[in-house]
Amino acid sequence: MNIFVLVKRIPDTESKIRINHETGTIVEEGLTFVLNPYDEYAVEEALRLREAGGGKVTVLSVGAEESRIILKKCLAMGADEAFLLKDNTPETYDGLRMAKIIVRALEKKFSDYSILLFGKQSMGTDNAQVPSMVAELLGLPQVNVVTKLEIEGTKGTAHREIEGALEKVSFSLPAVISAQKGLNEPRYETLKGIMMAKKKEIPILSFEDLDLKEEDITPLLEVAKMESPPPRQAGKIIEEEPEKAAKKMVEFLHNEAKVI
Amino acid sequence: MILIFIEVREGKVKKSSLEALSEGKRRADDLNTEANAVLVGHNMESLAHEVLPYGASKVYVVENSLLSHYSAAGFSQALFSLVEDIKPEVILFSASSMGKDLAPRLAAKLGVGLASDCTRTIAKDGKLEVVRPIFAGKAFVTLRFKSSPIMATLRPNVFPLGEPGEKKGEVIRKEVVIPEDQIKAPALEILREKEAEIDVTEAKIVVSGGRGMKGSDNFDLLRDLVSLLPNSAVGASRSAVDAGWIDHQHQVGQTGKTVSPDLYIAFGISGAIQHLAGMSSSKFIVAVNKDSEASIFKVADFGVVGDLFQVIPYLKEELKKITSE
Ligand SMILES: Cc1cc2nc3c(=O)[nH]c(=O)nc-3n(C[C@H](O)[C@H](O)[C@H](O)COP(=O)(O)OP(=O)(O)OC[C@H]3O[C@@H](n4cnc5c(N)ncnc54)[C@H](O)[C@@H]3O)c2cc1C
Ligand SMILES: Nc1ncnc2c1ncn2[C@@H]1O[C@H](COP(=O)(O)O)[C@@H](O)[C@H]1O
Repeated sequence: MNIFVLVKRIPDTESKIRINHETGTIVEEGLTFVLNPYDEYAVEEALRLREAGGGKVTVLSVGAEESRIILKKCLAMGADEAFLLKDNTPETYDGLRMAKIIVRALEKKFSDYSILLFGKQSMGTDNAQVPSMVAELLGLPQVNVVTKLEIEGTKGTAHREIEGALEKVSFSLPAVISAQKGLNEPRYETLKGIMMAKKKEIPILSFEDLDLKEEDITPLLEVAKMESPPPRQAGKIIEEEPEKAAKKMVEFLHNEAKVI
Repeated sequence: MILIFIEVREGKVKKSSLEALSEGKRRADDLNTEANAVLVGHNMESLAHEVLPYGASKVYVVENSLLSHYSAAGFSQALFSLVEDIKPEVILFSASSMGKDLAPRLAAKLGVGLASDCTRTIAKDGKLEVVRPIFAGKAFVTLRFKSSPIMATLRPNVFPLGEPGEKKGEVIRKEVVIPEDQIKAPALEILREKEAEIDVTEAKIVVSGGRGMKGSDNFDLLRDLVSLLPNSAVGASRSAVDAGWIDHQHQVGQTGKTVSPDLYIAFGISGAIQHLAGMSSSKFIVAVNKDSEASIFKVADFGVVGDLFQVIPYLKEELKKITSE
């Protein structure tokens, strides 16, 4: 099976976010970047599929040169090959742009995929668009927010999380799957894995290699403004006997929040 | 015209899509246009009448027996035919599980940009702009659209539900032709572990516990409170979920769910940034924590410094008093 995983580099969730108000972008300096946690579940699932049924795991990321670090991590976890498709455009919030780029890469370079694994969303921008859009552009079935995946031959079933329940979905390959927490426990890189990854090349692809022109992928959304959240007004904090505290809390719920 | 997708799950109209309709109607009024709704499925006509009071001028019912089970491929095909036909300027969805799955597929079919999980919509210069939180609410971005129709999903529980009024609109039935091989990955079955609980993303009140709860049995204390509060659900921090005290479905935060209830109560939760990411858009936040320095108090509207195990029993009594009044 030819398993493809799409991975993205995101700022660590602990990061202090600073805004460049002039450009309407996040200041990248001083941020630590990591592999999107949902993509880590996708990589782990890919490795498990390979272990169960054989095949090859290829990882692709679209982004800046620095994305090599997360690709190295994927290789150290056990991926067979990793490619970087260079794109220096700052975040556009336009999932369709990214989906078009990924689709072009798949069609031009990796058209023999049997399954495409994604994270359910890029943490931080929380778009949750790219997997469904790729599925549409390639005419494939999609199952998003997956917590259980079973593949047999060219058929699959998956559980996808919805409000208060799970949907059981059946599909045939090739298909787009996006991973939710709970799908698996990602493994740690082993020392051996890290050493092997060090030796592996990460080929770099460019838009020219894919015959992709800027006008094919101009963003369809425009950032008009980026702001910090309004500061929350300081609340009332009390330190009293439990009985009194409970009374005051219920008074607050009743009189101010008016929920009871 | 603004078109709003109305979601039906297990025979019921989802409240969050009526919120989207209410918001769509407000913007349609600003833009001097009409708000129309669309239901997709099989045998939906009676449900269309539940939608009319929320201000839809027309409710389209797009039907085909192949659409009795949800699939993004099938539903987006059905919506695509309607959009081609009626040419809306704006299409809105709730950012529910179905909305998040379906809207991007339709946007790709239409070749247009989509803004996800918006918390505000603005009519400006005759067009719609949207605002959405990014980076766990550490920033807000205002987006403009350069493609048409404009498409956005709206975060549940954020937009006020309009007052149901007179049913003035009309219901329009549309049969669509969908080749069977277009129905890819249908959801054949819905699996539920327990009795249908209210999901944290849909509850008006979320009562959450963290590591301070000390064990899984103690979550019964929170379930007791939930049974006394209308329209409420139990939430949890990741520490509580990772300890195995409660299922991941209940986790609030960056790797869990994003909730915006009217009231969020945090028991024994320190208020890590990844937790705040999931709940800081709640209308009111109440916290009980024995550490007066806990970060949760920085976002709380009302905080009690104290031992949750001592406070909860009194809280139960007080709530009982008020609910029996
Ligand atoms: C990539 C990433 C994603 C993450 N995603 C999430 C997420 O989605 N959701 C999430 O919640 N976290 C998430 N986290 C984890 C987060 O950083 C915190 O570790 C977690 O939120 C802490 O949970 P807690 O507040 O329950 O526990 P703690 O931080 O240990 O806090 C427990 C609190 O309970 C109080 N307490 C103890 N006993 C009592 C008592 N008897 N009465 C009253 N108070 C008491 C303590 O004073 C303390 O403040 C994520 C972390 C990472 C790195
Ligand atoms: N720049 C990128 N490179 C590779 N994969 C990506 C990129 N952006 C998004 N993805 C994939 O699409 C998923 C959902 O992303 P998003 O739609 O941006 O929330 C991510 O978890 C990745 O698997």
